[in-house]
Amino acid sequence: MDKLGIRRSMLSRIMPAIGSLTKRGLAGWLVIFGAVIVASIIIMTLIAPWVSPYDPSTGGINTGAPLTPPNSQFPFGTNDLGQDMLSRVISGGGIMLQVALLSVIICLIVGVPLGLFSSYIGGMLDRTICLVMDSVYAFPGLILAIAIAAMLGRGVTNMALSIAVVYVPSYFRVIRSQVLSIKEMPYVEAAQSVGAKSRTILFDYILPNVVPSIVVVATVNFADAILTAAGLTFIGLGVEVDIPDWGWDLTNGRRLLPSGVWWVITFPGIFIILLALGFTLMGEGLSELLNPKLGE
Amino acid sequence: MTLRSYIISRILLTIPMIFILLTMVFVIVRVLPGDPVLLHFEKMENPEAIEKMRQRLGLDKPIWIQYFDYLSGLLRGDLGKSMQDFSSVAEQIFSAFPATLELAIFSMVIAVSLGIFLGVEASKSYNKPKDHAIRVFGIVTYAIPVFFLGMIFQIIFGVGLRWLPVGGRTYPTMEPVGLTIPLAPPQGGFLTHLLLSCIAGLVPFTLCLAALKKKGKKITRKILGILILIFSATWVLWTLIGWHYISMGELRIATGLYTVDSLLEGNLYKFAEALRYLFLPSLTLGLVLSGVFIRLTRSNMFETLRLDFVTAAKARGLKETTVTYGYAFRNAFLPILTMMGLQFATLLAGAILTETTFSWPGLGRYIVDRINFRDYTAIQGAVVFFGILVSLVSLAVDLLYAYLDPRIRL
Amino acid sequence: MQKQLLTVEDLTVEYWTRRGKVRAVDSVSFSLGKAETLGVVGESGSGKSTLGLSLIRLVPPPGRIVKGHVWLEGKDLLELRESEMRNVRGRKIAFIFQDPMTSLNPVKKVGAHFVELIRTHEPKISEEEALKRAEKLLNDVGIQPERINDYPHQLSGGMRQRVMIALAITLNPYIVVADEPTTALDVIVQAKILDLLKDVQNAYAMTLILITHDLSIALERCDKILVMYAGHMVEHANIKDIYNNPQHPYTRGLLRSIPNIELAEQKLEAIQGSPPDFLNLPKGCRFWPRCSNAMEKCRETEPQLIETEPNHFVRCFLYGDGKK
Repeated sequence: MDKLGIRRSMLSRIMPAIGSLTKRGLAGWLVIFGAVIVASIIIMTLIAPWVSPYDPSTGGINTGAPLTPPNSQFPFGTNDLGQDMLSRVISGGGIMLQVALLSVIICLIVGVPLGLFSSYIGGMLDRTICLVMDSVYAFPGLILAIAIAAMLGRGVTNMALSIAVVYVPSYFRVIRSQVLSIKEMPYVEAAQSVGAKSRTILFDYILPNVVPSIVVVATVNFADAILTAAGLTFIGLGVEVDIPDWGWDLTNGRRLLPSGVWWVITFPGIFIILLALGFTLMGEGLSELLNPKLGE
Repeated sequence: MTLRSYIISRILLTIPMIFILLTMVFVIVRVLPGDPVLLHFEKMENPEAIEKMRQRLGLDKPIWIQYFDYLSGLLRGDLGKSMQDFSSVAEQIFSAFPATLELAIFSMVIAVSLGIFLGVEASKSYNKPKDHAIRVFGIVTYAIPVFFLGMIFQIIFGVGLRWLPVGGRTYPTMEPVGLTIPLAPPQGGFLTHLLLSCIAGLVPFTLCLAALKKKGKKITRKILGILILIFSATWVLWTLIGWHYISMGELRIATGLYTVDSLLEGNLYKFAEALRYLFLPSLTLGLVLSGVFIRLTRSNMFETLRLDFVTAAKARGLKETTVTYGYAFRNAFLPILTMMGLQFATLLAGAILTETTFSWPGLGRYIVDRINFRDYTAIQGAVVFFGILVSLVSLAVDLLYAYLDPRIRL
Repeated sequence: MQKQLLTVEDLTVEYWTRRGKVRAVDSVSFSLGKAETLGVVGESGSGKSTLGLSLIRLVPPPGRIVKGHVWLEGKDLLELRESEMRNVRGRKIAFIFQDPMTSLNPVKKVGAHFVELIRTHEPKISEEEALKRAEKLLNDVGIQPERINDYPHQLSGGMRQRVMIALAITLNPYIVVADEPTTALDVIVQAKILDLLKDVQNAYAMTLILITHDLSIALERCDKILVMYAGHMVEHANIKDIYNNPQHPYTRGLLRSIPNIELAEQKLEAIQGSPPDFLNLPKGCRFWPRCSNAMEKCRETEPQLIETEPNHFVRCFLYGDGKK
């Protein structure tokens, strides 16, 4: 297969898509802006091993004098273990991104089929599942995540799992409302009347129309997952201490606050905000593009 | 659908939901990790101690019996026993709850006021810079982890400027004790008490009824109706239960909310201190929560302001403020009320993080402490409490909404 | 020439949308004397409603009045401060909206609307007095005075429109602008409402600006007519002249398309084509794509307004270049 050809054709399809985004007004720009932020952070995290000036993990303890404020040698200062904060910030997004990604994947695998089948089939099964979903949805998300994470223990997978459990009802609801409205559409009826199989209808007719909403929920899911992961880490349900993580820096840096050490929490915190903001902006933009509310 | 049938169906809906919730928590805490007691003792302590704890907590029985005990216990108000000292989790929760309640109320007030104000301003200058700035503000505040914002405030106001305290609920020894009313049993005992309270209650009661009769706006009449309900309930309670306090010689009114209690006590210093400590935590939580209200108010107001009758009102020469608040806002108010109910859950979740940051001695910090101590039965009890609380609050909000919204009663 | 009550000069209103600027009203000028009736006629989207709203400066954003003057009592309304303008609204110029279902505040009683209106402009009046005046006004428009205690949703469409009319005349304004007051009502009620407007107008010697898409209504009830197309004023004359000597091809088309009950076999004539897209206006005369008399010149340049007979204005190259 002509690899170059494939890359070129993909590029030739992506570029116009991006180009069309710029024409869609403010919403399009939001998506682009958010995507750029997210992409930059992902890239930064990926190239971290090559780019960070010092070793941010346990190997880098005492790289510099502990608790030095930002200066020319350590632009973000050092923490109480003498690690360079800049390096820690550059490498610190990994855990959160992994948790977020994993939770979204789990949600998609579980939530989407559940939503599709339940609302399409209807009946008692649908009503029961709906009730369960509503109960979970009504429950304060973070508390549920805390409960699950507390019982399962630390680790990326467990965090992702607890976030996913909390979020599946959102996917379910969104998909369900879409499916219910599409189910009534004349073109679906038409397909059914010529004997199309349920599976075909679901996958060829309904699913493609539901995808935009799923994308929107997924981006919001990402943003929320980042914040929840940070929260869980703050409470002590995060990951093992070794790996550089923004959430952990916040927890650790908290002890240092009364002594006036502000740099350990500030920079990681700003990056958490940026990451969450990036996803939120994308979500806002996509949501407006796909369901324009306040038109002219 | 009539109001009555709505109320009934809504209450009926809550029951299975709470049930599912309780089962969920049970599964998570008892079933998921396998053995919570084992988890509590990370390293294998002597098997005797483990077995003893199991017995005392009733965790050695088969799962089905445990489940049954759990549910029946809840009906009695028993939320389990702590793994730390086998004391009642329910007691611990109820003593920690008022602090969280106080934080929640103040944060909600801040969030709603800020949200409404900014939302109205944004809707008035639609698509102009002010509108965009406010929308950005709303989005950014939502993306900030609440504990990070809290810490930033601590740095700026606590450590840097030294204006406000960074932790705790009030200055030690400044805890309010509420109002203690010395009561003397009247001559004639219980019967006199009954008589007196009946007479005392009738006067305001008839006044309120008279006020109801007067032609008034529908909403004020409804609010008056609610007030009468509350008043009558208090009156009945006092008549029946008040005797208990009278015979004891004093009635101690303490809500557990420091702001209220200090006012009850009449001590303004304590009140000021309580507010000082309350300010940063509730500002933090309120700020993060406000984004939702900004967006809601903005879109509601925008739609309402575009409606014909608003333009028609302007065409009659009415003032801008009259039109904005009198016309448009009335119609936007009810969704805000519902949103307040929906956000209660988020509020509690955020409270956990805020309380940890500010060492605020509420339910949130209690849960985090219990997690650190691996006290799983306590965690279970607290989570159940949260869940039931949220369900009841959302039930109350839904019912209130149905009562106030003229459209539901057709 | 008697002094005119209202003079509109070169009024231009644009909507600044994301996709471009839309000139909904382009250089409209006319004047009206006391107790006269002007009919503003045009298709949907011709700019007539915007014209009406611009007279009281309530064009909704993203619309803005970019040029022109509206002279009333010697003052240019477009120069007034907002507080002064509020004084004009309701008191000197009253506006009746198209849809009576949505123009009244659903949570306020009928009487409360009047009280609010009266007390905003005349704060010294007490609530009881205001209600009394309201009852009388309701009576004048043919509604039982007891209805003062009803909520808008308890009245029918026709009654609500009557309430709107009553509200409009409450403060005895000089001018009443009625934007398609009957479009949302059924035919029988339509006639009654229009009759009511006429009676009220006569009783109070008011000037009426009637905005409508229905030329036949305008012909029946107005003294002068202003025909709008795509934001432009294409013809303006008094009734007789329009009827006997319609000059602009669009006006002629409108007249031809009015069904005549006496000609049983008549085929309904429509004007070919469809209204233009404001973001993509044709070059030259905006009407040329639909005009059977279109000439070369029409596709190139926009015609100017010409006075062909006294007080008969037309914007069409058939009558000259407009260059004097």
